[in-house]
Amino acid sequence: MPQSASARPGNQTPETVTPRVALFVTCLVDLFRPSIGFAAIKLLEQAGCEVHVPDAQTCCGQPGYNSGDSANAAIIARQVVESFESYDYVVAPSGSCAGMISRHYPDLLSGDKDYAERARRLAAKTYELTQFLVDVRKLSALDVKLDRRVTYHDSCSSLREMGVKAQPRKLLAAVEGVAFSELPDGDSCCGFGGTFCVKYPDISDRMVEEKTGNIAKTGADLLLAGDLGCLLNMAGKLKRQGSKIESRHVAEVLAGMLDEPAIGEERREGER
Amino acid sequence: MQATSDRFVDNVRKALDNDILQQALGNVRVNFIEKRSQAVAGLPEFEDLREAGRILRDRVLADLDTHLLAFEAKVQAQGGHVHWCADAESARQTVLKICREAGARRVTKGKTMIGEEIGINDFLEANDIEPIETDLGEYIIQLRHEPPSHLIAPAVHVTQQQVEETFRRVHRDLDPKRDLREPSSLLAEARAKLRQRFLTADVGITGANFLVAETGSSVIVTNEGNGDLTQTLPRVHIALASIDKVVPTLDDLTLLLRLLARSATGQEMSVYTTLSTGPRRGDDHDGPGAYHVVILDNGRSKMVGTEKQDLLRCIRCGACLNHCPIYHAVGGHAYGWVYAGPIGAALTPALIGLEHAADLPNASTLCGRCEAVCPMKIPLPNILRHWREEEFQRGLTPPTVRRGLGLWAFVARHPRFYRLVAGLGARLLSGMAGSRGRLRSLPLAGGWTAVRDLPAPSGRTFHALYRQRRSGGGGKAGGGAA
Repeated sequence: MPQSASARPGNQTPETVTPRVALFVTCLVDLFRPSIGFAAIKLLEQAGCEVHVPDAQTCCGQPGYNSGDSANAAIIARQVVESFESYDYVVAPSGSCAGMISRHYPDLLSGDKDYAERARRLAAKTYELTQFLVDVRKLSALDVKLDRRVTYHDSCSSLREMGVKAQPRKLLAAVEGVAFSELPDGDSCCGFGGTFCVKYPDISDRMVEEKTGNIAKTGADLLLAGDLGCLLNMAGKLKRQGSKIESRHVAEVLAGMLDEPAIGEERREGER
Repeated sequence: MQATSDRFVDNVRKALDNDILQQALGNVRVNFIEKRSQAVAGLPEFEDLREAGRILRDRVLADLDTHLLAFEAKVQAQGGHVHWCADAESARQTVLKICREAGARRVTKGKTMIGEEIGINDFLEANDIEPIETDLGEYIIQLRHEPPSHLIAPAVHVTQQQVEETFRRVHRDLDPKRDLREPSSLLAEARAKLRQRFLTADVGITGANFLVAETGSSVIVTNEGNGDLTQTLPRVHIALASIDKVVPTLDDLTLLLRLLARSATGQEMSVYTTLSTGPRRGDDHDGPGAYHVVILDNGRSKMVGTEKQDLLRCIRCGACLNHCPIYHAVGGHAYGWVYAGPIGAALTPALIGLEHAADLPNASTLCGRCEAVCPMKIPLPNILRHWREEEFQRGLTPPTVRRGLGLWAFVARHPRFYRLVAGLGARLLSGMAGSRGRLRSLPLAGGWTAVRDLPAPSGRTFHALYRQRRSGGGGKAGGGAA
């Protein structure tokens, strides 16, 4: 069966083809936590994909798009379309960046006759990591173990733009030893919001305080999420509060790649 | 009403530091969300109704003038009057003229957001006409000289203890030793006070949740029955509405009513849903001698045909406020004008000018919970984004933000330069953090580190490590061996 750019979930059976998947690393993962990118690659390969990392990628354009600079956001969106459209799928370890490509690029480029249709096609084959693993690749078995009580924060983009909720939970249930506690008031934003958190630190602070309070209520000692932006915010607040709760991207746990200290935790000598 | 939306950041600080307000806001988060969610769960076709409601409202907006003129003709045919008012001043003068012609000294009022929008209470008082709010929440805040802080729960920012203090301060003629500890005793006291007023009012002013073109009726929904007394007892009834309130038929009305109360309070229906159709007829037992509908534009017609048009679908249920983390944190008054929460942040710039409300569209994480619960499916985050775009184009974006965005855009548009900058940034931040793994303060990132630590990068970027591993290990991605 030939691979085509118009591949859709359900059209392929995972056993018979090896899809070419382009990893959209995201700028936050690139800069702050490369281990998430490598964990994503490992999981995608485990799920039978051929993983590529297009060289020309930078950022998805969201900071500009959400701050009113649509012209620059559109230039960046066109760059992403060009670099990623030749692959069968685009996968990002972030509901926020995946949401930007799959929900907002078609709007952003709708008036551009050369790119409108291409943006729509790209949007249709772009997925958040756990969504792709579960819904498209039907990944269910994982050979990893973790004896921790964990809770999971659904990022707003994952939850409401990408419809991701069950997928990370399904995968975590396949990790041996993990005890899972749901986060109370889980539909609420953590207060990150991209540039929001530095433009309105007072409001953001109140929101993340509310969130860390709920995290503490779960009794979990490890907070997981699928978006590094939210994680930097929540981990940064937990550490400022002196909390012992650790924070990690869910991909690190699913891939069994826990060598890197948790987000914002101290490093042992020689690790840097 | 004098807007303070341009002082949003100060308003926010005050709200966050106000412990009593914070205590009152705790109730919003718990009560409204749970009740709505139960009501929605109890109606399997709720999602279908939302879609039908959206379609209905869009259809009306596409032919707004036709429906409004049909409404006017029907009202006139029944002996009522319709007054078209382009702006707040015109609406105030119209109301005053009607009151003067009726020789009115005292006016009772049902809940009306348009009344707030045009500042009718202060204006009537300045013209020696006494306005008396009859909705319990509105009555409380009138006594406290405050504007409402919520679309359907105007006094949600007031605690029970504050209500007691206010009643003791104002109701001086009552026994100072009376027991007001129970909410029911506060209610009974307000009811007794208001009952006298209902009977002596010359004019009753209400809002209108909807205007029905088919019958020429104005519709109000309340839970206290105060609206009914306001519009039936005085000699003259004035309904204040805006142009977006019209629906073609009674069938259309029922569709929106099924969505309204469930989204607002979690009730299937409000306790009272009352249609007022013209003045009292010969064989009517009660009703006003004159019936006026004041229909306000105030900038709304300019929204038709723009990306802001969807805001005119709003039925003022307040669900977006109830589910908004920003509203939960700061309450309604911080928004600085009549409308708060996501609908306020999106609507206020259209009505008072973007330059007077520039913070409002920005003070949102675009989390999308408002859109998810909106019975009219208004794409609130997208509309806030449109305002941000307009600010950027009109030069209203603060210079520091603009410069930051310009820098970001330049870097993001040049992948090789991006790699260089990201590589330097990762090393620099990692070096500054040392073995601690996080930064407690960082120049130019004070907004972040004022309230939380910044977890530090590990030292090298993903792309640098990836290239290194590939050139060392060969093959495809090769990350699995990492």
